[in-house]
Amino acid sequence: MLIPLVRRVVRLVVVLAGVSLVTFAILHVSGDPVSLMMPEAPEADRVALRQAMGFNEALPVQFARFLANTARGNFGNSFFHREPALPLVLDRMPTTLLLTVLAMGLSLAIALPIGILSAVRRNSVFDHGATVAVFLGTSMPVFWTGIMLILLFAVQLRLLPVSGWESWAALVLPTLTLATFSTPLLLRIVRSSMLEVINLDYVRTARAKGVSEWIVIWHHALVNAALPLVTVAGLQFGLLLGGAVITETVFAVPGVGRLIVGAIRQLDFPIVQAGVFLLALIVVLVNFTVDLLYIYLNPQIRVR
Amino acid sequence: MSIGTLAPPTVTVHEGAARGAERSRTWRKLARNPAAIVGALILLTVIGAAVFAPYVAPQDPARQSLIRRFSPPVWVPGGSTAYLLGTDQVGRDILSRIIHGARISLIVGIAAVLVSLAVGVTLGLLSGFLQGRVDTMIMTVVDVTLSFPQLLLALAFVAALGPSLTTIIVVLGLTGWERYTRVVRAEVLALREKDFVEAARAMGASPTRLLLRHLLPNTFSSIIVMSTLQVAQAILQEAALSFLGVGTGSAYPTWGQMIALGRDFVSVAWWLPTFPGLAILLTVLAINLVGDRLRDALDPRVG
Repeated sequence: MLIPLVRRVVRLVVVLAGVSLVTFAILHVSGDPVSLMMPEAPEADRVALRQAMGFNEALPVQFARFLANTARGNFGNSFFHREPALPLVLDRMPTTLLLTVLAMGLSLAIALPIGILSAVRRNSVFDHGATVAVFLGTSMPVFWTGIMLILLFAVQLRLLPVSGWESWAALVLPTLTLATFSTPLLLRIVRSSMLEVINLDYVRTARAKGVSEWIVIWHHALVNAALPLVTVAGLQFGLLLGGAVITETVFAVPGVGRLIVGAIRQLDFPIVQAGVFLLALIVVLVNFTVDLLYIYLNPQIRVR
Repeated sequence: MSIGTLAPPTVTVHEGAARGAERSRTWRKLARNPAAIVGALILLTVIGAAVFAPYVAPQDPARQSLIRRFSPPVWVPGGSTAYLLGTDQVGRDILSRIIHGARISLIVGIAAVLVSLAVGVTLGLLSGFLQGRVDTMIMTVVDVTLSFPQLLLALAFVAALGPSLTTIIVVLGLTGWERYTRVVRAEVLALREKDFVEAARAMGASPTRLLLRHLLPNTFSSIIVMSTLQVAQAILQEAALSFLGVGTGSAYPTWGQMIALGRDFVSVAWWLPTFPGLAILLTVLAINLVGDRLRDALDPRVG
C-alpha cells in the first residue's frame, strides 16, 4: 500500500511541474510577451518593460523563476486591477466551485436513477428515450443551451433573472445549463458501468437465490459499478470546469471563468496564468484523491 | 467530410482474404440503421452547403441594410420570403450567414482532428510499442494535458498567439490529441501479444515494419470511429472559442460568433441566436449519430 502511494505522490509532483510549464508557455509561446502585453507601446517602453520583467534572460532561467514564484503563490500583479493576481482569482473561486458542485449534484440526481433504469431495462422504450436525450445533450453547445434557457425562462415566462449571482433564483439557470452539459456524459457512464456488472455471475447468483430485484441492483450491482464511475467522474471534472467557464460568461456569473475570459480580452496575463493554473491544480487534486480512493478501495490494483 | 472518407478500414492484415466480405457487412449494418441514415443525410446537406455556399446562399452574407433590420423568419407575421430565417441587427440574412458559417465549422473540425490524429496516433504507437521510459514520459504528458480544461487552454493559447484560422486549428489540434494516444497505446499493448505479431517478428520483420504494417492497420477502426466523434467535439470547441470572442479574427461569419452577437438581442429578436445554435446542434448530432453507428458496425462483437 505504501509503494503505490509514493509512486502517485511522485507522479503528482511531476504532473504539477508539467502544468506549470504549460502555464508558463501561455505567455511565452508567441515569442515576445512584451508586445503581447502592450501592443501599442513605443519601443523605449518595451525595452524598459523587458528589462524590468526579466524577459531578456534565457527561457530556462525564466521558467525556474516562474516555478519558484508559483510555489509561493506569486503570479505577479494584474495589469488591469494593479494588485496581486492570485487573491483576485481566489476571491472568485468559491462561486465557480459552488456552480460546479451544484451542477454535479443535479447531474448525479438525474443520471443515477435514469442510467440504472436504462441498464436494467435495456432496449426498452425508456432506454431508447434516454439514449436520444443523451445524443441531444452531448450535441448542444453549452452557451447556446444557456441562451435558450434565458429565452424561455427569463424573456418569455419572466420567471427567473437573466444574469447575476445575487439571489438563489439567479443560480437556477446557470446550474441547469451546466447540468445539461454534464448529465448526458454521466448518464452514459452510469448505464455502461451498470451493464458491465449486471450480467456477471454473482449478480445472477444473487437473483437465483431469490434476493429482491432492488437489493440486487443497489447492493450487488451498483456498489461494483461505482468504482469505474468514480474514476471517470474524476476525469470529467476538467470537462465540467471548462463548461463552467462558458456558463459563467453567458450568465455574467462572477466566477473564475468569467474573470479569465475578461482577462484574456484585456491581455491581462497574470490573471490568465493564475486562473488557468488554479483550475488545473483543482483537476489534478481531484484526480489524485480519486486515485487514493481507488488504492484504498481496491488493494489489488495494478500500478503502472 | 463525406461518408466516402469514413469508409471502414480495408486492411486487416491477418484476415486479408475476408476483408471484402467484412467491408460489405459493415456497410449493410450501417445502412440498416435509420438514425445513421438520417445523420448521413444531414451531414451531406451541411457539407453541400459549405462547399457550394456562394451558390446556394440566397443573399450576400455580408450585405447590411438598415431598413431590413430584425426582419423575423418567414412564418412569423412581418417576415419576408427573401429572408427565410430573418435578418440580424444590421439587416444581414441569417440563413446565408449560417450557410457560409458551415465552412469554418467544417474546416476547423476536420483540420484540427487531422492535427490531433497525427500527434496522438504517433505518440500512442511509440508509447505502446517501446514501453518503458518512453511510455512513462508520453503518459506523463497525457496526464498534464488532461489536467487542463481543454477549452480554457485553447482559449489562452489562441489569445496569446493572436486569433486566426490557422491558430485555432493548430491549438485545438494540439489540445485534443490525448484520447488518440490513450486508445492507440492500449490497443498496441493488447495486439503485441497476438500470434500474428509474434509470427511476423519470428519471420524477421523489423520494428518499423511491425509497427506500420501490422500494428497500425489494426488500430484503424478505432481511429476512424474516434476521429468522427472528435470532429464533432472540435466543431463545438471552435463555436465556443468564437462565442467567447477569440475566433478566426476575420469578418467571415461563424456560428459561434453569430450566437454571441445574437445574445444581446435575445429579448427583441429570438431568431438571432436560435438558428445558428440549431445549425451547430444538427451538425454535431449528425456526426455523433454516424460515428456511433460506425462504432457498432465496425465492432465484430456487436450483432
